[in-house]
Amino acid sequence: MASRYRNALVEPAPVRWLLIGVTLLFLGIFLLLPLFVVFTQALASGMPTFFAALHDADTLASIRLTLLTAAVAVPLNTLFGVAAAWAITKFEFRGKNLLTTLIDLPFSVSPVIAGMVFVLLFGSHGWLGGWLAEHDIKIVFALPGIVLATTFVTFPFVARELIPLMQAQGTEEEQAALTLGANGWRTFWHVTMPNIRWGLLYGVLLCNARAMGEFGAVSVVSGHVRGLTNTMPLQVEMLYNDPGQYSAAFAVASLLALLGFVTLALKHFLEWWHGDELAALRGK
Amino acid sequence: MEIGVRNLGKHYGEVVALRDIRLDIASGELLALLGPSGSGKTTLLRAIAGLETINQGSIHFGDVDATHLSVQDRRVGFVFQHYALFKHMSVLDNITFGLRMRKLSRRPPKNQIKARGMELLELVQLKGLEQRYPQQLSGGQRQRVALARALAIEPRVLLLDEPFGALDAKVRRELRAWLRQLHDEIGYTTIFVTHDENEAHELADRVVTMNEGVIEQVDKVAA
Repeated sequence: MASRYRNALVEPAPVRWLLIGVTLLFLGIFLLLPLFVVFTQALASGMPTFFAALHDADTLASIRLTLLTAAVAVPLNTLFGVAAAWAITKFEFRGKNLLTTLIDLPFSVSPVIAGMVFVLLFGSHGWLGGWLAEHDIKIVFALPGIVLATTFVTFPFVARELIPLMQAQGTEEEQAALTLGANGWRTFWHVTMPNIRWGLLYGVLLCNARAMGEFGAVSVVSGHVRGLTNTMPLQVEMLYNDPGQYSAAFAVASLLALLGFVTLALKHFLEWWHGDELAALRGK
Repeated sequence: MEIGVRNLGKHYGEVVALRDIRLDIASGELLALLGPSGSGKTTLLRAIAGLETINQGSIHFGDVDATHLSVQDRRVGFVFQHYALFKHMSVLDNITFGLRMRKLSRRPPKNQIKARGMELLELVQLKGLEQRYPQQLSGGQRQRVALARALAIEPRVLLLDEPFGALDAKVRRELRAWLRQLHDEIGYTTIFVTHDENEAHELADRVVTMNEGVIEQVDKVAA
């Protein structure tokens, strides 16, 4: 009767059930229920209505714009994030703490403020507005502004994911690579990169999810021109506020949620696919 | 290759880490740097490797003034205290890393690199483990992989930082005897850092005792 002996590391059954129950209840109410509502509302008027809503020219334009924005912002932030994390964790220099703090700035500043900064800088009455108008460059209320705002807001994801990871890994492997004759670039590519790739992937996916979902900052710089400067989140809001387009709003919203799911599913698939390597990297 | 350290000094701000170190190491010698933590022994080892910048003096490898050579160009075989093996590479890939990273013009063909890797595996008695990953090895085995990896680049000098520090007593003794034997076999000039007096005297030809950044004494060990 092994069960007579209580495992000292395991809580009594009632406590376990209570903890699990509370967690499930919380997840159910705050995560699953909203998603369920989004999808049921999207399909409430039937599949034909759902697809018709997605086939709307303005909605299609918003989908294209969102994908394009993410396609520019995510690679940029991947590059910046890796560079920043590399600089912060592998080198000693003055102002390092300041840089670390600055990286967090987009998280601590309200996205609306972030959007306004770009309007103040590049808008027609902004600092650079006159010069931009003279040269016929449109930034605010156009694609460049949307990309800038999105890039700003999603900047910390990659760097934040990598910095603790790279700090924990230290620089010994890199030093070893140097003594073995590898130059900086090859050290980064053959030693640092393989060690951080999973963290990097996770950061990129989070960054992507947020880039596609960003509302506040983009809302300020976009100008809400249907079919032109509306991203998917903006399109959802606009449709939602239009009395006749209630279910169309949920249709677009469900698609946006689906993009998020695909992102997470992709992450899990890659982890499963490269399971052997991951197992080899664990342990130490 | 003989190693010369001339009037070497290093400080971190106000704190002196090494003061006027002078040391000549004969070709093929096995030298121990002995001292308590903070005595500067590891700093000296890392300075010779080029992993620490120095503020004064010079370092010579044979006729070459290595003071201003980059880490890569010094071609030292460095074995880190915790081995610093590449976690994501197999044992064979770890060992052949130095050869694979060479400039294309000086890089041997793939089959030669592999052959050299297998040779080294045999030398450190790890044949059959070439496809394992570092996590799947014991401490003593990791140590030997690190040594083979350092030997692969045909180093001018072999530098070992607390080579037995992370091993249990039994493995330690075995590995010590084995290392001495290996040294006599391949004859590389070798410097190792330790805080264990017995280890230093048992293994080395000469023991350099350091304290607070200076060399306190140099003992020749009777063979």
